[in-house]
Amino acid sequence: MPPTVSVRLTPHLHRFFPNLEGRDLRVQGATVAEVLAAIEALAPGFGFYICDERGRLRTHVNIFVGKQMVRDRRALSDAVAENDTVSILQALSGG
Amino acid sequence: MAAQILVGTRKGTFIVEKSDGRWRPRLAGHAGAGSNFVARDPYTGRLWALLGHGHWGAKLSCSDDGGATWADAAAQIKYPEGAKYIAQDMYEDEASEYGVGWRISTKPATLAKLWVIGFGPGGRIFVGTIPGGLFESRDGGASFELNRPLWSHESRGGDLFGATEAKSETKWFGTPASEGGDFAAGIHSIAVDPRDPDRVLVAVSTAGVIETRDGGQTWHPRNKGMLLDHTPEPDAEWGHDTHFIEQCRDQPEHIWQQNHVGVYYSSDGAETWRKVSRPEQGVHFGFPVTVDPTNGRRAWLVPGRSDQERMALEGGLFVARTDDGGETWQQLRNGLPQEAAFDVVYRHALHNADGVLAFGSTTGNLYVSEDGGDSFITVSNNLPPIYSVRVG
Repeated sequence: MPPTVSVRLTPHLHRFFPNLEGRDLRVQGATVAEVLAAIEALAPGFGFYICDERGRLRTHVNIFVGKQMVRDRRALSDAVAENDTVSILQALSGG
Repeated sequence: MAAQILVGTRKGTFIVEKSDGRWRPRLAGHAGAGSNFVARDPYTGRLWALLGHGHWGAKLSCSDDGGATWADAAAQIKYPEGAKYIAQDMYEDEASEYGVGWRISTKPATLAKLWVIGFGPGGRIFVGTIPGGLFESRDGGASFELNRPLWSHESRGGDLFGATEAKSETKWFGTPASEGGDFAAGIHSIAVDPRDPDRVLVAVSTAGVIETRDGGQTWHPRNKGMLLDHTPEPDAEWGHDTHFIEQCRDQPEHIWQQNHVGVYYSSDGAETWRKVSRPEQGVHFGFPVTVDPTNGRRAWLVPGRSDQERMALEGGLFVARTDDGGETWQQLRNGLPQEAAFDVVYRHALHNADGVLAFGSTTGNLYVSEDGGDSFITVSNNLPPIYSVRVG
């Protein structure tokens, strides 16, 4: 059984996926990539906002597992553990 | 339906409609997002917006209720697995006596920018992208596929799918219009022949004009008569900096081109081009061009002040109109600012249809004429920087 994690999204993403707003977003997955796939099932199109068509994390998007920024931006293979919090937010790049 | 003006801006999509005798703009959607190009599919009435979200990437958005509500298109534009292109980048190289090197490499393609959309009968929709992709739908936008013969054209190094090295060099060069900093080529003009959707012209920054007459199976350069007078090889087949082309709806053999090096006109379906610049009348450099849908010899431009400065010519903003295939030009200034005007009009930001001529500038000004340009009114001075203007 893969671990269950909580996912926190930047409010910016709620604008595009209003059905994800205001809910306790808990999904299962062993890696960050699997967590994203679980959210994609809830909100089709979500994954292409976070990653490009080759599965790489977009340049100006960050994902944290707990307080640790993901290391594998190419395939998001970073492991997650039971009850981890995965945070997805835009990088503050620009002025 | 009364004419609408669809306006794509750096900060969202606007729709301009006339009510009580006045053109009034309203924010129709995508607030805060870059809206590169907004157009109505004339065959279905659906509105399409080509967005650049910055952090979240490029997205196709649609509206089936005239812009009241928008949703991401079910099918988004994505390069297929294995799509690569030849990139040319300058890099720091301490070993070089000049401190920099010039690197040719093959790069996997990912979508940087949705730039233009074109429509044909029978559910044909084409989208031009950076880096250099033409995506085609034959089902009204339910699905899109990269046109592989154009992607793998010999002018770009041939078929790079599965290849580790290019067979030849690319003749397609980059455009600074790319989002994200890559200096890659882009497709910014698509003209689908209304009589036959298997005939499509596209224009590329920086390569030139290319045509298919067999539904995208084979592509051929259409740059005869173009002159690269700023390079050592003026009559080169490729390397043309076409800024925009537009085809006459009712006389599709008439095609207009605003190029970096002048204004060109073809009356034989892009087989040959004729330079119709008149620098002494200010008609030479610029980005957009639009042709009368019923009269292929009538066209409008918004000339800019040389490629070095890229703003309105000294002495005020004007639109240039020809009624005789570029033999003569008129400067149309009535209603346009004639002092301290620094408007730049992007390639997609001038259009005419249904008796309405409209254009918008990077300084957020939107101008409309209902008498072919004889007089203009200012619709707004306060829009975000304007990327595209489409009437219809």
